[in-house]
Amino acid sequence: MRDRAAALLLCAALAPGHAQTADAALDHRVQRVTEELRCLVCQNQTIADSHAELAVMLKHQVRDMLARGATEREAVDFMVQRYGDFVLYRPPVKAATWLLWFGPFGLLLAGLGLLFARLRARQLDIESDASDEELPA
Amino acid sequence: MKRYAIPLGIFAILLVFLGVGLRLKPQEVPSPFIGKPAPAFTLTRLDAADRTFSPQEMRGKVWLFNVWASWCTSCRAEHPVLVDFAKQATVPIVGLNYMDTRDEGGRWLDKFGNPYALSVFDADGKVGTDYGVYGVPETFVIDRQGKIRLKLTGPVTPEIIQKTLLPLIRELSHA
Repeated sequence: MRDRAAALLLCAALAPGHAQTADAALDHRVQRVTEELRCLVCQNQTIADSHAELAVMLKHQVRDMLARGATEREAVDFMVQRYGDFVLYRPPVKAATWLLWFGPFGLLLAGLGLLFARLRARQLDIESDASDEELPA
Repeated sequence: MKRYAIPLGIFAILLVFLGVGLRLKPQEVPSPFIGKPAPAFTLTRLDAADRTFSPQEMRGKVWLFNVWASWCTSCRAEHPVLVDFAKQATVPIVGLNYMDTRDEGGRWLDKFGNPYALSVFDADGKVGTDYGVYGVPETFVIDRQGKIRLKLTGPVTPEIIQKTLLPLIRELSHA
């Protein structure tokens, strides 16, 4: 870990321009991965946002993995293996999360159904009122 | 009367949802490790930097793996419970000294007693991460085949020992 940091520093000293762009790209990837991950100590923050010790450590871990050539997918999988689906801010679509993903659309449909039923009932009421009025005439 | 039935019904449903919501414990994240083999590692012992330990050495035994640190205040609360438990000598407890220093960890055990068969030293928290540690103290129950059977987050209490740990340990020891 320390050796790698030293090596990176050395590289940065020898080839400043190149190292800087590579670093910025890595930063960007680290940011993208850690924005998808929930910090487990402060559950409403992402690992990217949190300054909790655990989040800082996991950020380092992600950076390490990406720097070693792991893909972003692999870094996320690494966390899911250890902390479960709960670390994902975007929970996977599976049987246990169907209600979560599709529940709101279900409620929307139910609401629309209710609305149309009401409107139609009112329409019928108005029509029958109208015909009532016609009767005496 | 009838016009109140629907709002009352909705209110009752809301109450049920609220009640269930209050009982949920979002800080207890379900561990993906239950029933899976305990991750392998080799770490040096807290008391001896030249001696190592790895969980394979515990094969054939039921044991507890307890994550602790000298900086962790709830570990302080948990500690006497573990010391008591160790006196009953039901199963060995191995400690994982997590993101601590050897000095402070050692001093902490000297001061408050040492319930551990041994503690291993995880300075950078890498092994802790492999076990999905996010809130110290955490305790794992590992069976004779080296599988994780239970994970507790937060301090172990006498009640947890009586109601959860001892029955499980009894069951696993006879299995």
